[in-house]
Amino acid sequence: MKRFLSRTLPLLMVLIFGVLGAIQYFVPHKVSQVYYRTILTWSIGVSSMAVIMAAISFLRYHYKKIMSSEGDTLYSSIALVAFLAMLGFGAFGTDKGSLFYQFYQNIFVPINSTMFSLLAFYMASASYRAFRAKTFEAALLLTAAIIVILGTTPVGSSIFLDKVTMWIMSIPNLAQKRGILIGVGLGATATSLKIILGIEKNWLGG
Amino acid sequence: MAKFDISNIDRRWIYITILLGALLPLFVPITFAPKISPEVKAVYDYIDKLPPGSVILLSFDYGPSTLPETEPMAEDIMKHAFINGVRVIGISLTEEGALLALKAYSNVVKEFENYGTIRVNYGYDFVFLGYKSGRQAVILSIGEDIRKTFPTDYQGTNIDDIPMMFNVKNYKDISLVVDISSTNTPNDWITYAYSRYKVPVAVGVTAVLAANYYPFIQTGQIIGLIGGVKGASEYEYLVNQKIQSNWGMKPKRIPAMRNMSALTVAELLIVLFIILGNIGYFSQKGNKRR
Amino acid sequence: MTGVLLIAFLIGQSAPKGFTFKAFDTPNDQGNSITLEWSGDTTPIKIVRIFRADNAVGPFTPAKILFGNIHSYDDKDVQDGKPYYYKIILITTENEIIASPVLGPVSSKPSWFDMSKLPLFIVLSFYILVLLYYILSARKGKEIKLRPIAGLNAIDEAVGRAAEMGRPILFTTGLLSIDNLSTIAALNILAHVAKKAAQYQTRLIVPNYNPAVYTVAEAIVRESFLAAGRPDLFNSDDIFYISSRQFGYAAGVTGVMLREKTAAHFFMGYYFAEALLLTEVGASTGAIQVAGTDAITQLPFFIVTCDYTLIGEELYAASAYLSKDALLSATIKGQDIMKAVIIAFLVILFFVAIGAESLAMKVANLL
Repeated sequence: MKRFLSRTLPLLMVLIFGVLGAIQYFVPHKVSQVYYRTILTWSIGVSSMAVIMAAISFLRYHYKKIMSSEGDTLYSSIALVAFLAMLGFGAFGTDKGSLFYQFYQNIFVPINSTMFSLLAFYMASASYRAFRAKTFEAALLLTAAIIVILGTTPVGSSIFLDKVTMWIMSIPNLAQKRGILIGVGLGATATSLKIILGIEKNWLGG
Repeated sequence: MAKFDISNIDRRWIYITILLGALLPLFVPITFAPKISPEVKAVYDYIDKLPPGSVILLSFDYGPSTLPETEPMAEDIMKHAFINGVRVIGISLTEEGALLALKAYSNVVKEFENYGTIRVNYGYDFVFLGYKSGRQAVILSIGEDIRKTFPTDYQGTNIDDIPMMFNVKNYKDISLVVDISSTNTPNDWITYAYSRYKVPVAVGVTAVLAANYYPFIQTGQIIGLIGGVKGASEYEYLVNQKIQSNWGMKPKRIPAMRNMSALTVAELLIVLFIILGNIGYFSQKGNKRR
Repeated sequence: MTGVLLIAFLIGQSAPKGFTFKAFDTPNDQGNSITLEWSGDTTPIKIVRIFRADNAVGPFTPAKILFGNIHSYDDKDVQDGKPYYYKIILITTENEIIASPVLGPVSSKPSWFDMSKLPLFIVLSFYILVLLYYILSARKGKEIKLRPIAGLNAIDEAVGRAAEMGRPILFTTGLLSIDNLSTIAALNILAHVAKKAAQYQTRLIVPNYNPAVYTVAEAIVRESFLAAGRPDLFNSDDIFYISSRQFGYAAGVTGVMLREKTAAHFFMGYYFAEALLLTEVGASTGAIQVAGTDAITQLPFFIVTCDYTLIGEELYAASAYLSKDALLSATIKGQDIMKAVIIAFLVILFFVAIGAESLAMKVANLL
């Protein structure tokens, strides 16, 4: 019985709903639309359950951290207080002028921008380490990178690097993007088929 | 003290150099006169040639983390329109964009108050209709009647009581759609507004996204493209030149050009570090051979 | 009264020559829709008035007024199977009136197949047949040789390294939800890594961004530890949810890297701007890093900061490679055949396009 619930039933459901999902895409009939909306409602329902599970996980993780006194209790305390405070403020509305909105605008937004701006520093240190002309391909990549970086500055524009940049971005760069996308499309379809047919079972834990 | 190794500089030195480089233009005003790229010039020329009284639709679809790139674009499009007597309808297809649209508009109003040359009036020159969910549905419904999706503006004023909206029904009455975005909303504007209703579309996006939209210029599906801080600084430069030639005053607020200076310094430093890294790498290789 | 007279007058008008009106069941839809179309030489249309009746002689009642230069309309307020008659009046910007003859009877019905998706259906069916052929031949025992992919060999190497150092492994599954295929591909790799981790008795930490993915990831790791015969080593506290805010998640994961001193990092699935934040901090800790993504804009960042990167379709092929299962590997051959077909098709179209252009130029020169 346990094997049926943990193995056979999930594989059977994937087969049935996978095939129905594929058929639904090509059928515009009302029946198919009703089916699609029902599935969508169910998936929203299931996701909402997952949100509760996630919240429990969050609370448990940080509570245990605080109790274990391993040395990083401060961050977990902040996380817990922030979670509970925003949950509380949100209960009183999220309109402009509400506490929730104020905290979002004046704490969350600046913190978010700060994290985003760290990218500038990381880009510098990553390109310093990675762009070494160790092989012919690496040298090619390095040259292209320097041209594109300079091409977007006024310095590069003044020596026509902007035109070379434009060419690199719209011809070789676009071509590789499309190549990768074709491969991804084929790979994703093959993976879907293997899951629907029950050949790929790793997602069940192997 | 450890010996300084050029091929293995501690990342903390790199961080501090970039920080100082990016901060420099905030204290020492260095600005470069940008070389105007054709895709930015195309947007500028299109708006410049619109007769006074025309209406453009500006979609604010950017989030707070990309403000330095996108906000100057939105402001400069508005400034350019107002100088030419072109009216602007603002909407948002993203929730975050709606919160930021009014901030950009009030910046422009303040700047024009300082010039004291023309007055920008809400309801006559600009209206903000707010955020509506369901991107494609919103874009398509404007093709039929903008009142259907936006019966009121963001304050709840009936759209029929707003003077500049008296003669605006759908895309037929809109000369241009400009989408300033930090996400993939331009795809929807191109697919639904341009392809279906043949309304010209111009796009302003972050530098990362810009590469995705160059092909649309080649196919004529967008009239032009403002890409990242670079594109924003070019547009700002053009608008500022117009202000200078029209009213004889030099604009002091140049956020995009200042950001461009910071970006240029940071990018030149990155190139410098790449070169240093390679010098270090090859000298090490040379030493080993010897 | 004048309104009724006006309508009667308008309906009495007829269409100029060369102007066509059409009313038909909207194709490829779920029913309850009739499409009306009109075209011809005219100055731009200002107003469109549509009248509808249940029989040819009327009475015609106003169904819709449209403003602007519009050339089609879908009447969605109809019952399937019931016949309708239409009369369309166009008023141009020069106040010229163009009226249609009575159109109909026309009735709507739902379609069972969307003909606009036929080309996709054909290509997809062909591709599925190719894949099935290789799956069936693998079942008959035909072996498929796969070229080695460095990034995939590195997965076992990274797990081994962490085990040797006695430090944990970190695995992230990207920022998209469970309905996305790159997330599913990432979860397939997670199952493999979890089994290896259980065999080597190494701790596996999986911080999550998406609540739905979190619940599935926990189940996968639990089952994998069970399958490897070490359910005792499974710790549900090591698979946890951090945040569904992009940069909050990045801060949380990098915090785990620094505090837990993880020795091997796996970044599989779909990522956005947080990619570099995760991998650059990871690189600074000296951990071995393996990434796999089909997020094209983030690929360069992974390539420069990680030791190995699975690019695009390699992410999807990983599960087959790692399990060394003949049936799973079979489809990779099918993918290659399909790629060859697409390339051949593109090359042929390329030459056809060039040929057509040069022919057009020759004709133009002759004229």
